[in-house]
Amino acid sequence: MHESAFLLGQVFNGFSVASLFILAALGLALSFGLMRVINMAHGEMLMLGGYLAYMTLQIVPGPLGILVAMPVAFLGAGLLGGILEWAVIHRLSARPLDTLLATWGVSLVLQQAARNLFGAIGVEVTAPRWLNHTVSVHSGYFKGLDLPDTRIFILIVAAFVLGGIALLINKTRLGLYVRAVNQDRATAAAMGVNARLIDLAVFALGTGVAGLAGVILALLGPVTPTVGQNYIVPAFLVVILGGLGSLVGTTIASLMIGLFTALIEIFVDVSVAQVLLLVFVILFIQIRPQGVITVRTRALEG
Amino acid sequence: MKMRVNQMIGGVVVLLGAAAPWIINPYELSLLGRFLALSILAMGIMLTWGEAGILSLGQGVFFGLGGYALAMHLKLAGLNLANGDMPDFMVWSGVSALPALWYPFANPVVSLACVVIVPGGFAAAFSWLVFRRRVGGVYFALITQALALAFSTLLISQQAYTGGFNGLTDFSTLFGFDITTEGAARVIYWVTFGFVLVTYFALRWLLMSRYGVMLRATRDGENRVRFLGHDPVPYKVVAFGIAGALAGIGGALFTLHSGVVSPALVGVVPSIEMVVWVAVGGRNILWGAIAGTLLVNFAKDQISSALPSLWLYGLGALFILAVSFLPAGIAGLFKDGGGSARVMRRLLSRKALSTAE
Repeated sequence: MHESAFLLGQVFNGFSVASLFILAALGLALSFGLMRVINMAHGEMLMLGGYLAYMTLQIVPGPLGILVAMPVAFLGAGLLGGILEWAVIHRLSARPLDTLLATWGVSLVLQQAARNLFGAIGVEVTAPRWLNHTVSVHSGYFKGLDLPDTRIFILIVAAFVLGGIALLINKTRLGLYVRAVNQDRATAAAMGVNARLIDLAVFALGTGVAGLAGVILALLGPVTPTVGQNYIVPAFLVVILGGLGSLVGTTIASLMIGLFTALIEIFVDVSVAQVLLLVFVILFIQIRPQGVITVRTRALEG
Repeated sequence: MKMRVNQMIGGVVVLLGAAAPWIINPYELSLLGRFLALSILAMGIMLTWGEAGILSLGQGVFFGLGGYALAMHLKLAGLNLANGDMPDFMVWSGVSALPALWYPFANPVVSLACVVIVPGGFAAAFSWLVFRRRVGGVYFALITQALALAFSTLLISQQAYTGGFNGLTDFSTLFGFDITTEGAARVIYWVTFGFVLVTYFALRWLLMSRYGVMLRATRDGENRVRFLGHDPVPYKVVAFGIAGALAGIGGALFTLHSGVVSPALVGVVPSIEMVVWVAVGGRNILWGAIAGTLLVNFAKDQISSALPSLWLYGLGALFILAVSFLPAGIAGLFKDGGGSARVMRRLLSRKALSTAE
């Protein structure tokens, strides 16, 4: 394979991994901006999305099954997320560190439930035929470059979701409320915004997006009870780098982490890449501890 | 009066602990020794999480550093290095010469020093890098979790240098003594017990000192501490360094008891499990950390051998219930002015917690 084609292939890989990180981290970042809590069970929303895709495809086989699975996973994960927020998270939200621990307990329970229901080995979701191609370059400078359709599909889905959420946040009344609560909860509440309901809606939306990401994960590999765990730690790092609840920040941070991982893996193996990623994050904090994008606020404690 | 009763209970517990080798059978003694080693680590978590408000989800890393530092020496003890002897797993992996990193660990004194210095120093340096930029709270918890993941993956992937997934095992001598006999097991138990006592009283003194006051002040209002002209960073870094060193000591003692150290003990899940011991026992009371560690681990031993899948549900439920309904832990029930009435009040109000951020 041509060297530049290989490099471009890695960059493309970086973008597709980054788009998964965006989908996984979006909900985390939005809720973190609103409530300052991190949902450690967010990875299990990816897992749930994967299993929902598997079950949907059992009922609706056919080439369009995956398109049915996506709304199903979105709604299923969003519903579970809503229940989780209502039952556990908002009760603890004054204590962010305790929320972390309680939601980790939830994640353990969900993983074990998946293990009991579907088995520890995992289930396979076969990509429909129309996603089974690979765009290959056979001549020219980038000879030998392969772009699998599934990876292109991921990019498209991530772009759509990101665009949709950006429209929602910036153009709708709900988005106005979200931005208001994000900037100043007390004042927004005093102006009649039901901050409690906004928390719930944003949390459910975020877990729904994670469920959607789970469907895509299912196209890439088997769905196992711990499938979410592989993506959730980088997603947490995205939240750290992205800045409080910023859509743009989350996107940039996802791209940074995705591209960094993909490019560093040219030189070192996966485990060393993980160590270097952590070093990168620590170094980044030295330069910009507040994240890529800072939402302006007068509050003293973030 | 109350004070005297507490002292008497404490004395009885210490006596029972010291006499344990004659009271319980060797298997139970081995379990108790392991869990006491873990409780040294748990007291470190109590110091950082309970008193300093720093939640670390990566204590397994420091535990592992201490455990591996000792295990590397135990692997080399009894080998003739000048002769080109190497630990068995390196021979299997086809390593031609002992890696330079391993050489210092041929010396037992250096290894024992490393058990404390490496995890303690690393913890202090790591936390300084993060805290100096005023990054803390949830961010710090997530970063330490990434650290635990990176550390355990690295251990597994570097098979030839670390023993990979199986870790290091099959030890025989330390300082020329055979450590596999029943008598040695007792000595190791007493050493562990001694460390628990020393750690307990040292931390008690530390927390009552001015340093302890500053630490709690930092936890409750870091910015106010700054406004009063103090820099909170050194206090937090020292606390985290001490917790790291304690985790390292715990790891080394645990390795002696169990005869194995492996990545399975240092990853993300074990690291976060360590926090639940303290959450159950009580994060603001030193003996609560010990009690919680023993309680949760004995329960795990009983339940997971009988019904493995039930244990994971139980652990998950334990997390949710302990932090939601019993934030001061079991020890909080016995605290002066505590008791069930207070727990009920807390349940109803759900705020005004001493550890609220």
